[in-house]
Amino acid sequence: MIPEIGHFALILALGLALIQTVVPLYGFARNRADCLAVAAPAAIGQFAMLGVAFVSLGFAFYANDFSVAYVAANSHTQLPWFYRIAAIWGAHEGSLLLWMMLLSCWSLAVAAASRTLPREVASCVLAVMGSVSVGFLMFTLFTSSPFTREFPAPGEGRDLNPLLQDPGLVFHPPMLYMGYVGFCVAFAFAITALITGRVDSAWTRWTRPWTIAAWAFLTLGVTLGSWWAYNELGWGGWWFWDPVENASFMPWLVGTALIHSLAVTEKRGIFKSWTVLLAITAFALSLLGTFLVRSGVLISVHAFATDPARGVYILAFFTIVIGGSLLLYAIRAPKFEAGTEPVAALSREGLLLLNNIFLVVAAAGVLLGTLYPILADSLGMGRISVGPPYFNKVFIPLTAPLVVLVGAAAVMAWKRTRAELLRSRLWAPLIIAIVVGVAMPLLTVGPGALAAIAGCVLGCWAIATALEDIVRRCRGRRIMLPRHVLGMALAHIGVGVFVIGISLVSGFGGEHDVRLAPGESTSMAGHEFTFMGTRHVEGPNFVAEVGDFVVRKDGEQIAELYPAKRRYNASGQTMTESDIDIGIWRDLYVSLGEPLSGDAWSVRIYYRPFIRWIWAGGFLAAIGGLLALSDKRYRRRADAPARRAVATDRNDKAAHA
Amino acid sequence: MRILVIFLLALGVASTAQAVDLEGEQQTRYHALTAELRCVICQNRNIAESDAPLAKDMRELVARQIANGRSDREIQQYLVDRYGEWVLYDPPLDRGTLILWAGPFVLLAAGLLIVAVIMRKRAHTPPRALDRDRLASVLDEDERAGRDDDEDSSREHS
Amino acid sequence: MRWRLVVPVVVVLMLVVLLGYGLTRRPDILPSAFIDKPAPEFDLPTLASDRERIETSDLKGGITLVNVWASWCVACRSEHALITQISRRTGVPVIGLNYKDTEKAALRWLGRYGNPFAVVAFDPDGAVGLDWGVAAVPETFVVDEQGIIRYKVVGAITPEEMNKNLVPRIKALKQSAS
Repeated sequence: MIPEIGHFALILALGLALIQTVVPLYGFARNRADCLAVAAPAAIGQFAMLGVAFVSLGFAFYANDFSVAYVAANSHTQLPWFYRIAAIWGAHEGSLLLWMMLLSCWSLAVAAASRTLPREVASCVLAVMGSVSVGFLMFTLFTSSPFTREFPAPGEGRDLNPLLQDPGLVFHPPMLYMGYVGFCVAFAFAITALITGRVDSAWTRWTRPWTIAAWAFLTLGVTLGSWWAYNELGWGGWWFWDPVENASFMPWLVGTALIHSLAVTEKRGIFKSWTVLLAITAFALSLLGTFLVRSGVLISVHAFATDPARGVYILAFFTIVIGGSLLLYAIRAPKFEAGTEPVAALSREGLLLLNNIFLVVAAAGVLLGTLYPILADSLGMGRISVGPPYFNKVFIPLTAPLVVLVGAAAVMAWKRTRAELLRSRLWAPLIIAIVVGVAMPLLTVGPGALAAIAGCVLGCWAIATALEDIVRRCRGRRIMLPRHVLGMALAHIGVGVFVIGISLVSGFGGEHDVRLAPGESTSMAGHEFTFMGTRHVEGPNFVAEVGDFVVRKDGEQIAELYPAKRRYNASGQTMTESDIDIGIWRDLYVSLGEPLSGDAWSVRIYYRPFIRWIWAGGFLAAIGGLLALSDKRYRRRADAPARRAVATDRNDKAAHA
Repeated sequence: MRILVIFLLALGVASTAQAVDLEGEQQTRYHALTAELRCVICQNRNIAESDAPLAKDMRELVARQIANGRSDREIQQYLVDRYGEWVLYDPPLDRGTLILWAGPFVLLAAGLLIVAVIMRKRAHTPPRALDRDRLASVLDEDERAGRDDDEDSSREHS
Repeated sequence: MRWRLVVPVVVVLMLVVLLGYGLTRRPDILPSAFIDKPAPEFDLPTLASDRERIETSDLKGGITLVNVWASWCVACRSEHALITQISRRTGVPVIGLNYKDTEKAALRWLGRYGNPFAVVAFDPDGAVGLDWGVAAVPETFVVDEQGIIRYKVVGAITPEEMNKNLVPRIKALKQSAS
């Protein structure tokens, strides 16, 4: 009964989404306030219906209703309850439902905030978001419904993929999808700008908070994904340049360019068409990610059960939405009042333009590497793999200059900055960066690769310059700095922390394969690891051999680690569960390899210095974004004056038409 | 329950040379090589990180060949002969892959060129009479206005 | 309309064409690196037949099919009947390569499902399989009379694959050989 309710709710949601799309757009064209007013209630209704659908599926999982095919494929009676709920988004159909549910959440938020927006703008934005909803709902209902039944119902499910049975599943996809879907709002604003032909300070002030929010969620999502991979996959890696990972990273890169471009457009009124183009591109990359994960054109450990037939649908949707948007862009972008003011090289807008070039080229590079296997195949060059060696060699040179530029971010003023000013303000952070950047690794980790130390210096540079700016601004101020300033500084500090983390892990980290019998020890990075043997354990839905390692430093025990080799009952899959001794300055990571003769095992020990800094940096950046978002400048109501301005404008346009 | 152990042991008994038998520089080479070789039956994993039986075979092959004194290039070529270029995660640098390797940097150069062109198009025409004092005071004014812009969030434009 | 604004649309359309092409391909099926190359050298014991060993030269002199299988391989059962059919229809002998298996289990499997193979080579540690670029089981190779690999089927042979590709190719090779 309940799955049918869910299915019916999806159908109603589709109807509401169609109304949300068509009626307001008609109202916009014909200047009818009653049609425009339909947008917000339709969005609220759609949210309610998708909520019902989502809860229905959740209930089916919780109650172990294996007559629902999706539940049977992804759950198991022995699966702990929180994984059963998280399994809602564990595979293709359910994750689509999550996508749509989150899209309706964002639409609801826009509908709620629409009191601060002129009616036409709010309705137009909701209509565009509605059109995206329509596409996804049709896709779900016609090809990928999570509510299809399976008769006779199996007595037991086929269990959730063991790789997904981890706390990461609970947090990473929702955060990631919040980011992906959030860029739909920026996209909708961009389309609205193209339709109305206006990009003004009001438009940027409306668009910025939504974009920063989406960016912050995407940052969180990507960071959580990396953290999860490190904890779960058992081999000490935190980023593999896998196609699906890249699919989440490209919108992030373009989204970062977008938030910076919005800042320029708001302050100086220039780069309007670039900003709109970036907004469309960010969402285009979100959609592209959806395509790559589900179509099977690329092999990925993250891919859902792939189906080229579904891929055709998503590709068609992508072509219509993005192709249509870009066509609209080509026709309407000239309508924007071009800013004619000059852009000096030494100015914040010049700096941000340069920043965006690097970000967009980096995104293009990642896209090229990700899709290259398909290109090579089409050109008859056979099968070629493009993996981490390529991406590292290309990406790092493209983004290292960015970290240098981040340092100048706060110092550069709008319009023009004199070179002497740069020098006078930046020499102190530079010295600090070099000193700390060289000393910190030497004191905590020991001597090592020059490139890693250079990276550490770069990261310290970003942090030092951000702090310099905060300190300078605070001097002589009695009230707190505005949040958008603090947020920016925090985000840049996050970038610096992140860069320190990846430089030092890559340069100073190491691994060691060793054969250990019970009682034997090995040493790595000044620590002694003693293998105490394994014991047999039966988990809720698996059996495992759990190893016991005592870790000592200078003779004193500092940790006991229990890495395991698990075999899941339902699927028979073997999983390597590592155990980690976590520290601010280093992680000690132990994995069981294979059992050898006697009671000995091959064991792999990883030394990962500063690896926590990678995710700390990501979290700091996301928090910085959320902080900037909460600045009161975004909560000003664009009420009477703005509405009148827009209304007058349209009347003028109508008069001249 | 014991099936797990037997199952794993059955794999273990059949194994020959392993990474644990290598030391120092050889083990470093082993880690570097296995990180860049593709597990051919996995969904995009390298053989160092895969639990698949074939990945284990390939790891042992690499360890064995390192112990036998083969060079990195030879080991890679051995696997390429059997599985194709696909087994290497580092794409080759040849005429065919020129787009891949040069592409991003060409794009960067193009992008920087566009930036330069944009900035030149919008550039000030330099003032004729070079009254340095007046120029300095105008620039200061401009800069202060720019900084104030920064602080003042209420400044609007159309 | 400024023409440079059309660039993004063109780029996206090119991307869509590329991805559309990608949808028609099967990236999970790895083509053989040995097509039109000599079969790798091997010398293996046989599985309880009157022959002691089997080696590369036994592949020469006529067209042969080499079928990689194992008793633990579920998909091998589905193609089992087809192998006998192919052998009968084309007159080509099938040599089995028992991959990473135990002798007992393999013999039991053959006893249970029938033995379509002229000879079965026994490769318990998979070394020869790796040499032949075997990624998963089952796989089937078509080797011509000079010992050169001409075709490879990845995965279980389906009736469609058999009728559309495998049998016609074997027949064509036999034609050109004679």
